[in-house]
Order: sequence, then C-alpha cells, then structure tokens
Amino acid sequence: MSSSVLPSEAASLPADWRDLLALTKPRVMSLVVFTGLCGLLVAPVMPPLVLGFTAILCIALGAGAAGALNQWYEADLDAQMKRTANRPLPAGRMDRQTALHFGVGLGVFSVLLMGLAANWLAAILLAASILFYVLVYTVWLKRRTAQNIVIGGAAGAFPPLIGWVAATGQLAPLPLILFAMIFLWTPPHFWSLSLFVRSDYAAAKVPMLPVTAGLDATRRQIFLYSLPMAAAALAPWPLGLAGVLYGVAAAALSAGFVIMAGLVLVNRATEAANMRPEKRLFGYSVLYLFALFAALVVDRWIGA
Amino acid sequence: MTEHEQEVVRRQRERARLMAWLLGGFVVLLFLITVAKIGLQS
Repeated sequence: MSSSVLPSEAASLPADWRDLLALTKPRVMSLVVFTGLCGLLVAPVMPPLVLGFTAILCIALGAGAAGALNQWYEADLDAQMKRTANRPLPAGRMDRQTALHFGVGLGVFSVLLMGLAANWLAAILLAASILFYVLVYTVWLKRRTAQNIVIGGAAGAFPPLIGWVAATGQLAPLPLILFAMIFLWTPPHFWSLSLFVRSDYAAAKVPMLPVTAGLDATRRQIFLYSLPMAAAALAPWPLGLAGVLYGVAAAALSAGFVIMAGLVLVNRATEAANMRPEKRLFGYSVLYLFALFAALVVDRWIGA
Repeated sequence: MTEHEQEVVRRQRERARLMAWLLGGFVVLLFLITVAKIGLQS
C-alpha cells in the first residue's frame, strides 16, 4: 500500500496483489507443497513432468484457497491477536468480499484443474481437504473445542495422500501412513506454539489447550502425542514400505523430537520469555517434517 | 486526478498486468497438459 493513501481509504481500493498473495499463507503453503511433492515422488508410478507439476500446483492453489477462506472467516479473531493483526483483512487493506471471492475462485479452479490434469480421485481428495479445513476446522471446531487442532490437523495431512493419488490414481498403505504421520505431528507442533502465544489465544477467546486445560496438561499432551507420532514415522521401515536409510533417519529425527518434547514436559515456565524448550520444539517440528519426508524420497530414489 | 484515483489506477494496471501473465501461463500449461495426455494415450 502506498504510504500516501490513508488506511481508512485502503479497503475502498482494489486489493493489492501482494495482499492477495498474503491471503494464501505462503509460509504454510511451502510445507504443504513439500509434503505433497514427496507423496508424488515416492509413488511407484511417475506421471509426465507437466502433469506432476500441475498436480503440485493444484495442491498449492488449494492450500492457498483454504488459507484465504480461513482468513475471510476469522478476520475478527485475527484482529485480536498480535501474531495475525497485520494480515490484509484485520489491517483494513482489503474488503472481506474480495477475500471470499478470491478463496472460492481459487479453490474451485484448483479442484477442476486437478481433475482434468491428474485424476478425479485426487480432485475429490483436494476438495475434501479444502472443505475440511474451512468448514470442519475453521467454522466448526476452532472456536468451540480444545480438540480443534487434533481433528482439524487432518486437513494438513492430506497433501502427501493427494500427491500419491495424483500419480497412481489409487490409495495405498504408504500414503495413509504419511497421512497419519502429519495428523499425529500437528498437535505437538501447534500446542508448542500455543504455549508461548497463550495470552494471544486467551485474549481472542480461542479455546486452545493451554487456555482451557493449563500449561502442564498441554505439556503432557505434547509428550504423549510425540510417541505415536514417532511410531507412525518409523512404521514404513518395518512394514517394508521404505528402506534402511529412511528407517535410520526416521529413528534419529524422531528420537530428537521425543527428547525435545520431554524437555518441554519438565519445563515449568509460565512466562513466554522462559519457554525456550517450547520455542525450540516448535522450530524443530517444522525441520523434522521436512527432513522426514526428504529422507523418504531419498530412500525411495536411491533404493530404486 | 486525485491521489486516491491515481492509486486506484496504479493498482488496476498492476493487477491487469499480473492477470495477463497468469492467463498466458495457464494457456501454455493447458497446451502442455494436452500434449502429455495425448502422449499417455498413444
């Protein structure tokens, strides 16, 4: 936005394309694209390059659509939290109708293109992931229950499944395990963040676990969830769906995750400034997922 | 033109230019998808 234009005038202007881009949550999208790409790359069938590229593009656009619709619905909530107050809608740089049209348009476009370029099962899964994120997580769960991200986490677990189905046209055990991995990874990832931004969630009256159940219960849940998450991460190796390279990487990475979750468990800090283990776990959890999926791809391509 | 109107025009131009590039890219992508699909069937 030009500095010469007053904020009150901004919403009456056509939305800046940079704000439309911000609406798609590009940082979240990078993880979605990466896991979707890995799902496609570990599939036993490789589609032609352009079809694979289009499938990943559709996953990215679908994630962008879900992000835009999430911001459209949550503009009031975002305005109350420091972390999100500068997003285009709460900051008054865009009107809500533009965000709604952009999100719906992008979502419909991504699903149709996926159906035409890859297959309709992948398109259905993409549509399901968008609708799950918007309707089940954003509209239904987020403001009602502390289990919001446990169930809502399924939306973020779809991309590797979609990537695999885009390549093969069918479901299989490995992509379902990848789905389970992300599903179980989501609670410790988000709860470690929500511990040190708890005051934000409390001010906005979002029932995140640290707000409703307290810090100790959240730390316990983070540790408990890290155990089945590590088991799911290791599972492809003993099941013969991945090789030793992946097995060793998954064991080392997951051990690191569980140890860090253990450090969170024993931390007693109540102030965000003293929550170093929580901040470290949050940072590591992003790296963990990237490294785990990268190891799976390397294992598949070296072992092939 | 007022400063506000100038900003409206600037943004419209910027978005129109971006949309033109995106549409052009989409046409090329559709062409390549068609070629790939024909290749899969033959």
